[in-house]
Amino acid sequence: MYHLALKMLMGDRAKYVMLVGGLTFAALLMTQQNSVFQGILSWTTSHMRNSRASIWVVEKNVEQVNETKAMRDTDVNRVRSVAGVDYAVPFFQSILKARAADGSDKPIQLIGLHAATLVGRPPVMVAGDLEHLRLPNTVVIDQLAIERLSIGRSKPLDLGDTFEINDREARVVGICKTERHFFGYPYVFTSYDQALQFAPRQRKMLSMILAEPKPGLTAEQVARTIERETGLKAFTVPEFSKATIDFIWRNTGIPASFMTTIILGFVVGIAVSGQTFYSFVLENLRHLGALKAMGASNSLLARMLLLQAFTVGLIGYGIGVGLAAVFGYAVMPAGQPPFLLDARTMIISAVAIVFICIFAALLGIRRVAKLEAAIVFRA
Amino acid sequence: MTHDFTHTHAADAAAVRAIGVTKTYGKGDSRTVALKSTSFTTREGELHLVVGPSGCGKTTLLSVVAGTLEWDSGQIEVFGVTLNGLKAADITTFRRQNIGFIFQQFNLIPTLTTVENVSVPLLLGGMNRTAAEEKAAAMLKEVGLADKLAKRPGDLSGGQQQRVAIARALVHEPRLIICDEPTSALDSTTGHHIMELLAGAARTPGRCVLIVTHDNRTYGYADRITEMEDGQVRQVYANGALRDFITAHR
Repeated sequence: MYHLALKMLMGDRAKYVMLVGGLTFAALLMTQQNSVFQGILSWTTSHMRNSRASIWVVEKNVEQVNETKAMRDTDVNRVRSVAGVDYAVPFFQSILKARAADGSDKPIQLIGLHAATLVGRPPVMVAGDLEHLRLPNTVVIDQLAIERLSIGRSKPLDLGDTFEINDREARVVGICKTERHFFGYPYVFTSYDQALQFAPRQRKMLSMILAEPKPGLTAEQVARTIERETGLKAFTVPEFSKATIDFIWRNTGIPASFMTTIILGFVVGIAVSGQTFYSFVLENLRHLGALKAMGASNSLLARMLLLQAFTVGLIGYGIGVGLAAVFGYAVMPAGQPPFLLDARTMIISAVAIVFICIFAALLGIRRVAKLEAAIVFRA
Repeated sequence: MTHDFTHTHAADAAAVRAIGVTKTYGKGDSRTVALKSTSFTTREGELHLVVGPSGCGKTTLLSVVAGTLEWDSGQIEVFGVTLNGLKAADITTFRRQNIGFIFQQFNLIPTLTTVENVSVPLLLGGMNRTAAEEKAAAMLKEVGLADKLAKRPGDLSGGQQQRVAIARALVHEPRLIICDEPTSALDSTTGHHIMELLAGAARTPGRCVLIVTHDNRTYGYADRITEMEDGQVRQVYANGALRDFITAHR
């Protein structure tokens, strides 16, 4: 009987298309918005993927990775002295202004790396040599920086070209690939000491300390020891990611805004699909009554309705998620809006679609369960 | 547990026996008594018509006999099985195994082909799809629709649709065939063809065809006619009385 249930469903073209359309729209809206939201969240923690370190030590009031409360330079040695720390290096990060060739100022994300080790270096070098950061006034820039800082130039910024950071000359010695940051500013890497030259002078300049645990110890164990012995705050990567994302949830309207759209997609899905499926059941009530009269049990009819609901659900989900993925591929070259379609997002959409299908089917099942087979004898 | 009702047999060959059946609709001021302690019997091998004016309770009687409508009091036996004591699921099983239905509006599923429509009772009985469709096709040939197997009901005339409905009602070889106004939507010639098919089905041993109708063109095919009025059986006509009744209503 199940193949007949599917033929009954697909034979009613208008309802079938509307059901699939409603569920496609719901799946697309939920998946696309959730993916953009996940993309934004991933941007908030891109520092950690662009400057990979196991332990991030910060001033004790820092709540998330994009926040800086300067520490004393001597704090680096305090961390180095903690048992279990393999090495610890200073790390600078700040938003500064760089001057493009047309005279306009562009904000940049300046990262200062420990010159001896270059710990925190960008993950992928596209051109140039990272080692040249040890030379005076040198920087490694990412591709977004080329785009932003090339305005007014006859050709894009390249190796050997110069520009100004805070009225000081910076010479490009490398081009790297980075994950884009939440603030949307380009990354400019330099040595720690050079970064202190570029940045306005303050009493304390050390933004963070990047540390690694000794072999055999976990980052978490060492982070707790650092906190206990120095009074500073130490995060492992998962801890810092979670703290950052929690901060975004607590302190910005971004999650609420995206959640509203995602919930709207869910509600629209329920409303359109529930109503259309119920109307499909109502229109087929006489036929369902005839099946009941001929000996179809309530349980069989319920299974047929569930099959119909889940078939349109599966098709709608497939098309919706597919369209969301197409959107992702379309925006990927431009790099924005951020888009992260991961398994979790697809599972969330799938669960929502399953819920919508169950809801829609239950409306019909309830109606069919109450249906008297004798309806077929009424004119 | 599901019962098997395929081998039941009434000792006196009564196919259907309703004893003192009462059925009311609604409550309070809107309460309507559709059947008033109605008793009724039909036998195997009969084509039995139930006639009477609109609202006299014919369709209600048909519905309760078929087990598609609950009744308030009284007893109903079909092929010796007392429906009163059965659970809803068992009545459904009983219907699936023993009763075929033909409806006034055909009630064919418009999105299925004729073969698929006719195969429904077989599929409900647990037959696999291929075997069910083969048997359905054979049944459609028997009712003269061999060239319409892949057609949908919308592509057929009213008479052809009713023949598909008859094929669907007969394909699983039920013992009781219940028909609700099977000719009322058909022209005279087609109506006679349909009645000939039903009369042929009724003559099969161990089988009975029970028809509710307004259509006096069908009276000539009846072995027995029960006339109803105000929810009760007014008169039962058979043999000589039946011939007089038919003559009087020509």
